[in-house]
Amino acid sequence: MTFDAWSEGLAAAVLEPYRSDETMVLVALQALQARFGYVPAETVPMVAQVCNVSRADVHGVLTFYHELRTAPPARRVVRVCRSEACQSVGAREIEAAFAAAGHPLGSHSENLSVEAVYCFGNCALGPTVEIDGTMHGYCTDDIVTEALR
Amino acid sequence: MKIYVPADSSARSVGADEVAARLAELPYVELVRNGSRGLAWLEPLVEVETAQGRIAYGPVRASDLDSLISADFAHGGPHLLRLGNIEEHAWFVAQDRVTFARVGLIDPLSLDDFRAHGGYAGLTRALSMTGEEVVAEVTASGLRGRGGAGFPAGIKWKTVLNASADVKYIACNADEGDSGTFADRMLMEGDPFTLIEGMTIAAIAVGATHGVIYVRSEYPAAIETLRAAIATANLNGWLGDDIQGCGRAFDLEVRSGAGAYICGEETSMLESLEGRRGQVRAKPPLPALKGLYGKPTVINNVLTLASVPMVLADGAAAYQARGVERSRGTQVFQLAGNIARGGILELPFGVPLRELVEGFGGGTRSGRPIGAVQVGGPLGAYFGPDELDLITDYEAMLAAGGMLGHGGIVVFDDTMDAMEQARFAMEFCAVESCGKCTPCRIGSTRGVETIDRIRRGEDVEANRVLLDDLCELMTDGSLCALGGLTPLPVRIALKLAGAR
Repeated sequence: MTFDAWSEGLAAAVLEPYRSDETMVLVALQALQARFGYVPAETVPMVAQVCNVSRADVHGVLTFYHELRTAPPARRVVRVCRSEACQSVGAREIEAAFAAAGHPLGSHSENLSVEAVYCFGNCALGPTVEIDGTMHGYCTDDIVTEALR
Repeated sequence: MKIYVPADSSARSVGADEVAARLAELPYVELVRNGSRGLAWLEPLVEVETAQGRIAYGPVRASDLDSLISADFAHGGPHLLRLGNIEEHAWFVAQDRVTFARVGLIDPLSLDDFRAHGGYAGLTRALSMTGEEVVAEVTASGLRGRGGAGFPAGIKWKTVLNASADVKYIACNADEGDSGTFADRMLMEGDPFTLIEGMTIAAIAVGATHGVIYVRSEYPAAIETLRAAIATANLNGWLGDDIQGCGRAFDLEVRSGAGAYICGEETSMLESLEGRRGQVRAKPPLPALKGLYGKPTVINNVLTLASVPMVLADGAAAYQARGVERSRGTQVFQLAGNIARGGILELPFGVPLRELVEGFGGGTRSGRPIGAVQVGGPLGAYFGPDELDLITDYEAMLAAGGMLGHGGIVVFDDTMDAMEQARFAMEFCAVESCGKCTPCRIGSTRGVETIDRIRRGEDVEANRVLLDDLCELMTDGSLCALGGLTPLPVRIALKLAGAR
């Protein structure tokens, strides 16, 4: 996925469709993230102003949803399913293998972030790991090598 | 030469795209990316159209294609992976596909294909009826909410119909977050027009003019497919200002969640749709009277709304004739986890758990004995191998101390660490709690800590009493089902751990 570098002008253009609509705060934040890969801190007051809500309201929404990022994503984003269906076929072992490779769930660097997800809906073909938006079923420890390549 | 390769996310996770890309290079192939037939363990399941009908091969990897091509599979040639007509497969024959009748069969985004297989027959009939008549039909069918709570759909619709307001809404809850459930995703990816048709019927029934589908962000393909289908429906007069010249208006939009499990709770979903933190609202007021933007709103799950077209097309009696007791119609069961043959099974209510898990499912994938089966998602109960004769209907599951939920069934083998699962239930609640009520927000974290102490052998008896007390408090004092039901798997897993 490629994203634009943050600029105030671009952000203003992204936000324009949501002017004066307080129900669009989440959609506006999602649109910013789709454009820049994350929600830059500088855009919080902009969203507040455009949608006519307080900055605290925007901050509240931004920090509530697991998928909204406040920092640029790593060059590679790996998401590991931690839910029961995947646990029953070895998700915990995969989680441990990432940890053993120095990338525990929740770790983040410029090159790689490894995140926990609670279900991709691939529950008959787990364990499931997603690498840069591509979902892989029937995963084994080998997925760690694949993710680090 | 028509060849079907599913574009279903699950099929893609095991290589369907690679197979499709190779097949697309062959000059004689007309590639159709269908939904999944639901036999997940056979994915990628490739079907070729021959004079003898559709012949299936699976599971097909890109590396199998050379040998398939030499075997002349495009004409149904013999091969190790040849399965014959998938609709004659024992797994398929025993099912009663109603809601899932078209999933996997058709090109999901072809309106012609949809209509050729009975699509829009239900809406066409509804357009000739009054709202009261449509609601009466849905009520008579016995259709209950498939999201988990099992509330009669017709009664909910009646409340919205009778509410007077300038605007009413239809909100589809497609935030299918329970582990072990994927039926909503498969339907949205494999037959999106059915959901659109069901929502349009609901709109006509209650007098709503605007609808929204709230889809979890973990389902990007479903979002994309729905948006494309909505655009096609608009272009062809099946949505918009004047549906099929009948003077009824209904428009539809898709909204994406942002990774919050709690937004599958209906009031939390409304908060999210209104742009706020997904924190649950206290009920009453009921969303049917004061829902989206404070207006009367029908909120139903994907499968509930997708069952409505058939109810209207074939009549309430045909739907009501299926099932047992107060659970009428069919349930789309999802076999998941450590299971040899996982996937989607649509059957009338009342089939025993054992038949699903051992019969259709073939036991565990690992080949070990079944350790436990969790039914109804992360808030559902675990059942031990000696409890599998339980009948799967809403009331029987409740009486057995569990819940059917959205019909997801997750199988564990005997290596399952029940204490670890008890801990996970609390941990999951702590991660996903919306934070509005104290029992859930704080209780879940205290629960993790207490279970950890028990596992370390610290003051085991005292901590067990404490945990029991905490579970009782969370059950009685939480605002919604997340905090209120988390103790269910916790307590049962502890009991299972004790029995070992």
